[in-house]
Amino acid sequence: MKSVIAENLVKTYRKGEVIALNDLSLDVEEGTVLGVLGPNGAGKTTTVRILATLLKPDSGHATVAGIDVLKNPDKVRELIGLSGQYAAVDETLTGWDNLVMFGRLYHLGRQPSIDRANELLERFELTEAARRPIKTYSGGMRRRLDLAASLIVKPKILFLDEPTTGLDPRGRQDMWLTIQELVKGGVTLLLTTQYLEEADQLADEIAVIDRGTVIARGTSDALKMQVGGERLEITVDNADVAAAQEIVARISGNATHLELRTISAPVSTGSIALMDTLRALDVAKIHPLDIGLKRPSLDDVFLSLTGHVAEETVVEPIKKKRGGKK
Amino acid sequence: MKYAISDVLTITKRQLLQLARVPEILVFSTIQPVMFVLLFRYVFGGSIESDQPGGYVQLLMPGIFVQTVAFTLASTAIGLAEDMKKGLIDRFRSLPISRGAVIIGRTFGDALLNILVLVVMALAGFAVGWRPTSGIVQTTLAFLFLFMFGYALSWIGILVGLSVKEARTVQSVGFLVTFPLTFLSNAFAPTTGMPRALQYFAEWNPVSTMVAACRQLFGLENKFGATANSWPSQYPLETSLFYMVLLMVIFIPLSIRKYKNFSS
Repeated sequence: MKSVIAENLVKTYRKGEVIALNDLSLDVEEGTVLGVLGPNGAGKTTTVRILATLLKPDSGHATVAGIDVLKNPDKVRELIGLSGQYAAVDETLTGWDNLVMFGRLYHLGRQPSIDRANELLERFELTEAARRPIKTYSGGMRRRLDLAASLIVKPKILFLDEPTTGLDPRGRQDMWLTIQELVKGGVTLLLTTQYLEEADQLADEIAVIDRGTVIARGTSDALKMQVGGERLEITVDNADVAAAQEIVARISGNATHLELRTISAPVSTGSIALMDTLRALDVAKIHPLDIGLKRPSLDDVFLSLTGHVAEETVVEPIKKKRGGKK
Repeated sequence: MKYAISDVLTITKRQLLQLARVPEILVFSTIQPVMFVLLFRYVFGGSIESDQPGGYVQLLMPGIFVQTVAFTLASTAIGLAEDMKKGLIDRFRSLPISRGAVIIGRTFGDALLNILVLVVMALAGFAVGWRPTSGIVQTTLAFLFLFMFGYALSWIGILVGLSVKEARTVQSVGFLVTFPLTFLSNAFAPTTGMPRALQYFAEWNPVSTMVAACRQLFGLENKFGATANSWPSQYPLETSLFYMVLLMVIFIPLSIRKYKNFSS
């Protein structure tokens, strides 16, 4: 069963001047994670806002858990959790204050709201900071609290809009673990991201969007296959280039590409190819200056799918600042 | 819908909690009016002639009270604009709560803050020699008027906050609206000294009628503002009441509609 369905969504701003969504359709199978991957301005946030009942599309329709988002938004709101790009919490209040308040707004009752707040604070390792104003939290803590706020009623369907944008690597890792835990619990998740690696880590299926429409979709592996998968990249001293090139060609079984002293080739066996190469280099007494597996980036995906690099595609007229994409 | 009241109260409680967590909010809301009291009482007050028994401060304090509650317009608008900017309003809108609860709750919260501010202002006034002479009932009624006036203006603030979005712009807009309204009035100086056109404006200005109403309720003869025999200066209580009801009848539905429909 499909938990989330969006069909032919169109959304324009400023009387059609700016097209945010251009006939976008996607769906999420119950209990799975869909990663919506795209650059800034591709329409990720607009899609999430429409599905979460915050925005009305110009045309098209959408259902969440079988309920029409446009006809029955109140019903949808009872079932979903939403966590946006910015931590949408009251910063002057403490973490505990916020969670209790949201519990009350979900009509949990006083004591259950308090219990749930304590439970979530513990689960997200915020118990120590519970009584401090959110202003004093780090970026990662804010995001965790924001996520906790969207989990108060244990929603079956969760929308996370760029949950790790702006976090440091450590914060991102923590957030990924948290999200993976959630997914194990059986929620259906629609997640937007700018990072291929993030979609790779978290999503069962990826929809790549560009200029307001889905340009490719499939599993992470399928997508990478399309892009060309991983590449082995190795940099050596000038004297060793020829020998190293031969080794790389032999192990990868593919044609190599040489740029200055850096040799690269597509590999299908990932880290095994890397280890084999290292061993072979060692035997040949070649010491690489740099060696690694290069995963295709969002740019690579875009380059191969669209022929252009990922860029902000909503062109904002400079004169007017307000009312654009939100 | 059965949760409508509890939703509103939860939002209101949030503002009281803010006050508890950041008591400076109350200090900042009162520091400017207290400065005005001192400024007009001791700097300008000496040169403003009045034959008012008890001195200029008796005429001044009602003006300051009205000016203070008039700034509710700006503070409501700024608070709402900040919530929108931080995405908090989006989160509220994604919750299964009754539609008007977020803005109604905010007007309640701002109204409660106004009570605290008015108490502080009354104490400040008392300290510099202000003494209402009309008795407890009339004095209480005056404060009730002030409270209601602030509440009515709060709803304009909601509409401004929802329309302008950027907190800094809201601040300027709020100032642009409240500044002329409070100064082109009888709050600090008699309207007799103004050019004819301004005088008409000043006398029909809701701030003037409110100030006149409060002066009357505090037991003053309202000579200060009532120059022409214009209707609002003759019946300040009735006119003020009319204005307050009018503002609420217009701006409550407008604001709620705007909130329901707004999509950015």
